[in-house]
Amino acid sequence: MIPYQFLITVRLGFKSLKLHKLRSALTMLGIIFGVCSVIAMLAIGEGASYEAQEAIKRLGSNNILIRSLKPPEQARQQGAGSRRGFQIKYGLTYDDAGRLLGTIPGVSRVLPMRIIRENVRFQRTEIPCQVIGTLPFYPEVAGATLVRGRFLAYYDEEHMENVCVITTGLARQLFPYQDPLNHAIKIATFYYRVIGIVQERSQPEQRSQAGKMEGQPLDNNVYIPLNTSRTRFGEILFRRSAGSFEAEEVQLHQVTVQMRDLASVETADPQIRTLLGRFHEDNDYEIIVPLQLLRQAEQTKRIFNIVLGSIAAISLLVGGIGIMNIMLATVTERTREIGIRRALGAKKADITMQFLVETVVLAVGGGLVGVAVGIITPVLVSHLTTMKTIVTLWSVLLAFGISGAVGVIFGLYPAKAAADLDPIEALRHE
Amino acid sequence: MSSVPPKPSSARRPSGRAGAAAGTAFGESIIRLEALQKTYVLGEENIVRALDGVDLTIHAGSFVAIMGPSGSGKSTMLNILGCLDRPTAGRYFLGTEDVSRMSDDALSEVRGRRIGFIFQSYNLIAQLTVLENIQVPLFYRGQDIKTSRDRCVELAKLVGLGDRLTHRPSQLSGGQQQRVAIARSLVNDPLMILADEPTGNLDSKTGTEVLGLISRLNQDGKTIVLVTHDDKVAERAQRVVRMKDGRIDRDEQRAPNATAAPAR
Ligand SMILES: Nc1ncnc2c1ncn2[C@@H]1O[C@H](COP(=O)(O)OP(=O)(O)OP(=O)(O)O)[C@@H](O)[C@H]1O
Ligand SMILES: [Mg+2]
Repeated sequence: MIPYQFLITVRLGFKSLKLHKLRSALTMLGIIFGVCSVIAMLAIGEGASYEAQEAIKRLGSNNILIRSLKPPEQARQQGAGSRRGFQIKYGLTYDDAGRLLGTIPGVSRVLPMRIIRENVRFQRTEIPCQVIGTLPFYPEVAGATLVRGRFLAYYDEEHMENVCVITTGLARQLFPYQDPLNHAIKIATFYYRVIGIVQERSQPEQRSQAGKMEGQPLDNNVYIPLNTSRTRFGEILFRRSAGSFEAEEVQLHQVTVQMRDLASVETADPQIRTLLGRFHEDNDYEIIVPLQLLRQAEQTKRIFNIVLGSIAAISLLVGGIGIMNIMLATVTERTREIGIRRALGAKKADITMQFLVETVVLAVGGGLVGVAVGIITPVLVSHLTTMKTIVTLWSVLLAFGISGAVGVIFGLYPAKAAADLDPIEALRHE
Repeated sequence: MSSVPPKPSSARRPSGRAGAAAGTAFGESIIRLEALQKTYVLGEENIVRALDGVDLTIHAGSFVAIMGPSGSGKSTMLNILGCLDRPTAGRYFLGTEDVSRMSDDALSEVRGRRIGFIFQSYNLIAQLTVLENIQVPLFYRGQDIKTSRDRCVELAKLVGLGDRLTHRPSQLSGGQQQRVAIARSLVNDPLMILADEPTGNLDSKTGTEVLGLISRLNQDGKTIVLVTHDDKVAERAQRVVRMKDGRIDRDEQRAPNATAAPAR
């Protein structure tokens, strides 16, 4: 068929569809929902997995995180007699950190951290923070970047200097008008000199605990030398909760083991478990392997996509069947017209083309509307909820392509049925 | 049984446009049916012989009326003549070609290029305008409709509908619709025009008008085969073929001057 004739056929398709506007619109609805659901679902899935993957990547894929955990309730009850004011000891130790560095092959660095919740004051401003005692190579392992000044040095560590590095968010709140550098901020009972400002690669685990549950902004961290933290705060920390208080003895809250490469991350994981298992009777630590989480997230995403894809495919199938149904009715209704066209010189192929084009116009029209709705829906979803959504080009192309294919596949049979009508029978049709 | 073809004086007619266009000289036979049969097998014992051995020759430029009682096979024959249907047995030569064994696509081609149809029930396409209806046969010939627009408008004027080009069939009277159908049948400059009871749905006055239009086409050289029940209609023809039970019963020639043609 020459392009010109094809254009006329397309125009004819539009004309015929306009003749039954409501019917055409209802028929399109199936495809609209199908295409819209494909795009929207994939956008939501993509957004969710993107967030998860980003969160995991932020932990560092070369890293293995080991966190101290308060052991389960029974263990605590055994460890202490009375309900009120007891003291428990749990978690990672300095020895653990040393053993990890010494025995696990492929380890490049082991970063110990003490994390203490404390209010930080400058003049009249007081802000709840995480005071993190750590070593000078923290930025390299945790991926924080120095914005101003310098980070903690080994000199500070050895001399238990009262110096600190604060995060950008905290700097903004504590020092709205001044340059924070060289000012002294008060943490608990001591003053610490600010020597630098870092930009965190934010950590979502802490966000969900500190950020949401206790209303503490995510980015309020103060870094002090590990030795300083040890001496100024001591090993025993008091914590008040619901009227009772408890004292915990925790040496290290977190140890981040940085591996030399991705391959050694996988082999190190079981080795770390056996090593720690030998020295910890209670289950008072957890091991987080971001790389494994990443793999799991990718796997989950794949399954998610398959499930969403199937749902969307089914809705498109239903839409396609709807189109086919209507087209079959249309063919019956327009049998006479088909007969006339055949008498006036239309070949079977011309009739097939006419009805196929009409179906494809329906499907692609529905597809276009579906794409529009499908792009808007995720935007609305991320506006109304905290969910992140990403509309990918390929999902739009996929959905649109499928709508075209649905038009062809489900249009073929009615069009063929129309073309195969006997011209005389068709002409005689009332 | 078939008649000796009349040799009309070529002087009486202007150049036969249809014949010339299709490469058939005026007066030559353009339709030749040989022992044509059409049988419908409805059941084991129930066989309808709609056409039971028809031999017929029609010459270019003639005006043939086909008459006969209901069920005698007139429409069946006309459909075969129009290449809408294929005979069960026998041969059908259109010009020099045997169309009885042609493929479906080839038959479509023949219908689109060489035959103009006028139906009893007009058979216009409802969603198209008058002009677009006239253009349909050209569309299937693969012609650019824009370049032939002038010609279609001219045809519309010829049938007296020059001012109704954008109307839909539903906005026209029966007579007007039939005029559109006539214009449409002419747009391809066909070898012959086949009309199955073209005045059957019209009142006698409108019928006469439509018939006048058809006779004028004949005077301009078109070959016309027309099925009718109406003797008055048949009077316009030079030849009346009467059918009965799927056979040709009588084949009457009229004197050339019997056609109610006004002097030109
Ligand atoms: N598709 C068909 N199946 C079975 N029989 C058919 C079919 N078409 C026509 N016939 C039969 O063929 C015979 C001739 O039919 P046809 O339509 O040619 O008659 P006709 O002369 O045109 O009659 P009328 O003047 O009423 O239009 C009839 O007996 C009819 O029943
Ligand atoms: Mg009939």
